[in-house]
Amino acid sequence: MLKHRIIPCLDVKNGRVVKGINFVDLKDVGDPVEQAKIYSKSGADEICFLDITASNENRETIFDVVKRTSENCFVPLTVGGGIKSLEDINKLLISGADKVSINTAAVNNENLIKESSKKFGSQCIVVAIDAKQKNDKWEIFTHGGGTETGIDAVEFAKKMEANGAGELLITSMDRDGTQKGYDIKLISEIEKNVNIPIIASGGVGNLEHLFEGVKYGKASAVLAASIFHYGTHSISEVKQYLDSKGIPVRI
Amino acid sequence: MNIAIIDYESGNISSVINSFKAVCNNQNIKIRIEVTSDLKIISNSDKIILPGQGSFKNCTESLLKIEGLKDTLNKFAIINKKPLLGICVGMQMFADRGFEEIETKGLGWIPGNVKKIDNKNNQFKLPHIGWNELSFTTESKLFKSIKEKAHVYFVHSYKFIPEDEKFISSRTNYSEEIVASVEKENLFGTQFHPEKSDIVGLKIIENFIKL
Repeated sequence: MLKHRIIPCLDVKNGRVVKGINFVDLKDVGDPVEQAKIYSKSGADEICFLDITASNENRETIFDVVKRTSENCFVPLTVGGGIKSLEDINKLLISGADKVSINTAAVNNENLIKESSKKFGSQCIVVAIDAKQKNDKWEIFTHGGGTETGIDAVEFAKKMEANGAGELLITSMDRDGTQKGYDIKLISEIEKNVNIPIIASGGVGNLEHLFEGVKYGKASAVLAASIFHYGTHSISEVKQYLDSKGIPVRI
Repeated sequence: MNIAIIDYESGNISSVINSFKAVCNNQNIKIRIEVTSDLKIISNSDKIILPGQGSFKNCTESLLKIEGLKDTLNKFAIINKKPLLGICVGMQMFADRGFEEIETKGLGWIPGNVKKIDNKNNQFKLPHIGWNELSFTTESKLFKSIKEKAHVYFVHSYKFIPEDEKFISSRTNYSEEIVASVEKENLFGTQFHPEKSDIVGLKIIENFIKL
């Protein structure tokens, strides 16, 4: 039976790990390679790096981080942040990333998802959708949540599937950093409308939130940052908990 | 010993290289690992890794673009019967035919076809991404010390259906029974990615190196 994946996410800035509350107020809390090793050893099913300020700053540091991580961790590594072109994707893959997560450029350049999934395969193209609730719908934002687009999140998700995305990483802007749990309505609404795997993100504060993401959001994978990052829970604790609630996980 | 990882622009092979290097370092095994499309180096190597990502069609096309590569692989694996490990689409290409995008001829090493996984009217998401269990059908040197139901990492939407079940060495289940690995004498193939399958995957790589 296919297991639900638990994905710790590390926000990386200038080669260092940070975790933001609602995407601002960053605190420096460590070396990404060391963190990734710890996560991998404790049973992480995948590791995610988001180079959060990459759109505006020098990106070279992330290649070195990815290279060193991939030499030490033998679980899938997803890297996102500031990816604009086929060349950016290629450089990350060569550095050792297994998948790339594309946010702003997926909105601004429709061809990028089409072309990259054709060139590198859908298996390595993750489209990251940052969405905020507006009335009874969700609108997507780009540039790390800074730019409003007026685009409907569900419609956009369907389009990205058609363009060749292999997975969708759905982050609720309203919940991110709040520790109030995933926006289950958002996750499940998108899940119902696409036939590719969904990764739930944004808002995890306790073990039950992860359970809800799988059980009610119907997510294939659940991503969290703070609870792992600040040591609130370990990956193995999460897995034991989910297992006890009847969710299939790799133990 | 020399191991050649075939470089035919079939997608990302960094992880394959890293995992083989890590196994050699951890186990203190002295091996030359070369990432190459040089026919001479390939012919002279002791073992071959045939990776593959993306579509069946793209991979076979890329392979055929390198003049003489198909014949060199044939000679290595079928005539000289030296060990070859195909990973993901690298394994799928062992088949006679693939049906991704358009019907495409494979290497024809193990009779069979490559077809899309039945997602049971969208009940199952595709690609099949993540950790799934291995269920062994035969005893294989490749899976020495690997326990039944061990988890490995899959990412694919197409499956290999060999005509003769005797070439299937393990299966997994996702909406239906899916071939997880094949074996025919010196030919080994895994649908999953040993290079991304944590400790279990590294053990499988070690087993291949030690064959």
